[in-house]
Amino acid sequence: MVEISDTSRNDTGLAGAAMTAPGVREWFVREVLPLEAALMQFLQHNWRNKSDIADLRQEVYVRVFDAARKEIPARTKQFVFATARNLLINRIRDESVVPIQAVADLDALDIAKDEPGPERSVAARDELRRLQSALDRLPPRCREAVILGRIEELPRREIAARMGVSEDTVTEHISKGMRALADILYGAPPDLRRQP
Amino acid sequence: MSAAVSERANEASAAGIEAQASRWLERRHFGNWDDGAQAEFDAWMNASSANEVAFLRLEAAWGRTGRLAALRVPGETKAGAKFRISPMVMGVAASLAILAIVGVTAGKMLLPHGQVRTFATPVGGHEVVSFADGTRIELNTDTVLRADMTTDRRTVWLARGEAYFQVKHDPAHPFTVFAGDHRITDVGTKFLVRRDTGRLEVAVEQGSVAFKTTDRKAPLQAALLSRGDAVVATPAATVMSKLSGAELENALTWRRGVLVFKHTRLADAAAEFNRYNAVKLVIVDPATGDRLIGATFPVNDVERFARVARDVLGLRVIYRDKEIVIAR
Repeated sequence: MVEISDTSRNDTGLAGAAMTAPGVREWFVREVLPLEAALMQFLQHNWRNKSDIADLRQEVYVRVFDAARKEIPARTKQFVFATARNLLINRIRDESVVPIQAVADLDALDIAKDEPGPERSVAARDELRRLQSALDRLPPRCREAVILGRIEELPRREIAARMGVSEDTVTEHISKGMRALADILYGAPPDLRRQP
Repeated sequence: MSAAVSERANEASAAGIEAQASRWLERRHFGNWDDGAQAEFDAWMNASSANEVAFLRLEAAWGRTGRLAALRVPGETKAGAKFRISPMVMGVAASLAILAIVGVTAGKMLLPHGQVRTFATPVGGHEVVSFADGTRIELNTDTVLRADMTTDRRTVWLARGEAYFQVKHDPAHPFTVFAGDHRITDVGTKFLVRRDTGRLEVAVEQGSVAFKTTDRKAPLQAALLSRGDAVVATPAATVMSKLSGAELENALTWRRGVLVFKHTRLADAAAEFNRYNAVKLVIVDPATGDRLIGATFPVNDVERFARVARDVLGLRVIYRDKEIVIAR
């Protein structure tokens, strides 16, 4: 029997400790993904060619993730945005025509302060409302498949029967739904996500 | 030739990788997943950080949508091919549940007569519903209940989870809670009903309730419970006991958002935590599970629990994707 007093609130927690791969994954999901909306805004604001944005975001994630494998950055937000900024600067330098103004803008950029964003204090009920609104924004067939699979928890075969389509088509709808949900839940600006 | 090359280039793009990641996630969730699939998947994940990161991102978003199951309307699940739910009906059902939740958030809602409303909380949720008659129902984590507060009879169905009832007694309008095979009728009171898989628990804090089961094989068919009485019904047995004031208080600490453990086995404490959190505590060996602890934790602070296990009990704590493993 051990009597425990409640003294652990001010623990430094896990950040900074040497971590195994699962720890890095957990950190990535917990600390990095919630920054996605801000990161997307940053990329869209600072990069003219909109068709590059998805690739840029992926490149930022890969660099951040690889760095974290060696050591988890102490200040996630600053690290993510510094990575994004460096990536953009390198890309600009690689382009044959260098838009000087863009580099100057990037240098002047005030990298977001590492303060807890609204994401961290989202109450469970807000989360449910946000999920519902994300669901509402899926294309109709895609939404139906996700509802049957995720809310009704039906197997693929049953979903196919109810929707009157093949199982392959169900797979198609659901994987598309998974991608769209990630974009909405992580990438969309908060005001968009909070719409009822 | 050139088509194949561009296809390959396409696969390495963010969109191409994401498409592959979503196929894997869909397959893992809905398809046949055996050792072969796992090995193939591991190879794909290890092939590049881009693959791994894309999958983690989709998996995290999909994991969050698990909470949507709380919106499921009880009684309409897995009804098989008997009827086909149109997307519209499902949309309405989901919106109803959401409306109810929004109403709950407002703290007070006046329900029109003769309507069944669904209330739900996700894992980690905690909500209070106030009704026009002065009755309050407090929903604990991962709970689904339906309420019909018509003028002549007030009825609640507890589909799953736990709720604390403060009922305004009115002999003309009896208040009844149905939970599986069991029926709890208020005789003017505050009481708790908790429904887990294969287990029902009723505890009375004030006043009295009539407990009845419709399961004819049950040894205890009916009982009048008063302050401090508790009934635990499982398929194997129905046991009535008397709770001390402290025990009763402990059963209700979730209303304050904390879990209180006193001489509690580590395994039992972990199971209690797991009701409230998406990240699950896993205790590997029985000897560790039998260690006793006494502590108070916020219901959602699973990390603090893990730190205490590590720092105070000297156990090993391993953080995984969706779980925290505690071992010697």
